[in-house]
Amino acid sequence: MPQAAIEVENLVKRYAGPGGGVLAVDGVNLRVAQGELFGLLGPNGAGKSTTIGVCTTRVRPTSGRIRVGGVDVAAEPPRARAGMGVVTQFRALDRGATAWENLYFHCRYFGWPAAASRRRADELLAQFQLADRRDATPEAFSGGMAQRLQIARAVAHRPRVLFLDEPTAGLDPQSRMAVWDLVRGLRAEGMTVLLTTHYIEEAERLCDQVAIVDHGKILVCDTPARLKQSTGAGAVARVSVEQASAELEARLRALPGVTEVEPTAEGYRLLAHAREGLAPAVAAAAQGFGLRDFSVHEPSLETIFIHLTGRELRE
Amino acid sequence: MSTTETLAAPPQAPAAPARPSYARAFWGLMLRDARLLRRDLFSFVVRTIMNPLFFVFIFTDIMPKIGQNFSGVGAANFATILVPGLVAIAILFQGIMAVAMPLSIELSGTHEIEDRLMAPLPIAWTAFEKIFFSVFQSILAALVVFPMVYFIPATPVHVQVASWWLLAVVIVLSSFTAGALGLTIGTLVKPQQIGMIFAVVVTPIIFLGCVYYPWALLRRVKWLQIATLANPLVYVSEGLRAALTPAVPHMPAWAFLAALVLSAAGFSWWGIAGFRRRVIN
Repeated sequence: MPQAAIEVENLVKRYAGPGGGVLAVDGVNLRVAQGELFGLLGPNGAGKSTTIGVCTTRVRPTSGRIRVGGVDVAAEPPRARAGMGVVTQFRALDRGATAWENLYFHCRYFGWPAAASRRRADELLAQFQLADRRDATPEAFSGGMAQRLQIARAVAHRPRVLFLDEPTAGLDPQSRMAVWDLVRGLRAEGMTVLLTTHYIEEAERLCDQVAIVDHGKILVCDTPARLKQSTGAGAVARVSVEQASAELEARLRALPGVTEVEPTAEGYRLLAHAREGLAPAVAAAAQGFGLRDFSVHEPSLETIFIHLTGRELRE
Repeated sequence: MSTTETLAAPPQAPAAPARPSYARAFWGLMLRDARLLRRDLFSFVVRTIMNPLFFVFIFTDIMPKIGQNFSGVGAANFATILVPGLVAIAILFQGIMAVAMPLSIELSGTHEIEDRLMAPLPIAWTAFEKIFFSVFQSILAALVVFPMVYFIPATPVHVQVASWWLLAVVIVLSSFTAGALGLTIGTLVKPQQIGMIFAVVVTPIIFLGCVYYPWALLRRVKWLQIATLANPLVYVSEGLRAALTPAVPHMPAWAFLAALVLSAAGFSWWGIAGFRRRVIN
């Protein structure tokens, strides 16, 4: 088996605190291959950021073995950092420094000589469409610009592995797309990327592999396509009714092709083999039960999340 | 050029990163701080000179002119006593202004320091860089303040450097103590507590720091003379007094040198430990 870019074995992280502390990560195993774009999908507090924190040497693991680029992060943090780029959730650009200086000094921290650092800073500003903001300080930047600069800075020293913690949280849709394009571009250049997200769409559309995380554990890990197939459902219907009733639930359950019916806050969620004929069947079954609204769509990663945890991801 | 070095290996055969040069990373951090200080030089100078400028102006220029002269100690007048004292404050203050305040804000609010924390050198080195850079800032502050306290007073100032070596050692050790104290305070204090720190820590340090009087004269208030030994500024003032105005009574060199070495080492250890605790979970 070729060496993976990121290997996490039996990672456990317990934060000290009253009552035995908080178990943030509870036995996580991960293997991210070279050049792969890997997503950790889960709600806030699932342990995604802690996992990234451990990989990036900023959180000390309680137990487990973590290697990034073949380097044991707990044993040799500086050497591990030399091979990775990191974008934290903090939008933590150096505010006293210009955009160009943020990039230039980053290269200097990684031991690059002055001339090479200058060239790299110029090149990155052009590549990340920030050339006209060269001498501006990041205080004046929009969220999207700041995030582009953060990513540019993280990859400035040409790391092999890039960690992105919630890279598009709080960005407008247009900036989010721009970040996705950048990340795809980096992957195309051979960069290994591990990102965390709580956006279904981001995991589905961007990532090669997705691990769904909840309560410090990885529930499943596969390609988005295979994860979506894993419920066996070909369609999902959401049914919203005035009032839930056992009779309606039984009726829905009895519909041909329906494999599962789960009560939700508004009504029911149905998993079915196929989309074909589902809509009229649901409409007919709900006749007389105060049907408010219903929709039929393809299963998404959210379907899997709900299926596995019984909760919605967006909470 | 690094492009060829870093892109030479195909992605299929990843080489683990080589052990990075800590010294080069450290130098990179220094360069960044130097650039930001240069940009900020005007406000650095202003905040450094205001306190000593007004102090010497009022107490050693205006007061004698309006007949409110302070008597000095023996042959030395008040202006002479103030020279080492005000330089000492300038040095120690840099630790608070240049290290503690920005660090406290970066650690708690802006997280600006994140990128430097990801630099390929041990976290203790990153913390030590804060102290090391502030040494230069403290020396610069001393150089800015000295001419003011020397030239402004209306009464003559008697400065006599017996040993340039002693002066250099005292200034460097004092600057280290200031930076290390700053690091310690910066890692312990939240930004919103900075105002309180000025009231309950900085004010007593200054007024009980043998800035306005030599330590030897406190013998008439024995308990205070002993209590002030816990104040690092006392050793900075007394060290500078010995180096700049040896005619004024001062502590023996072995005493202030030993105390400065101990405070620099102790606060460095405490500050670096605090820094590690703040940035690594």
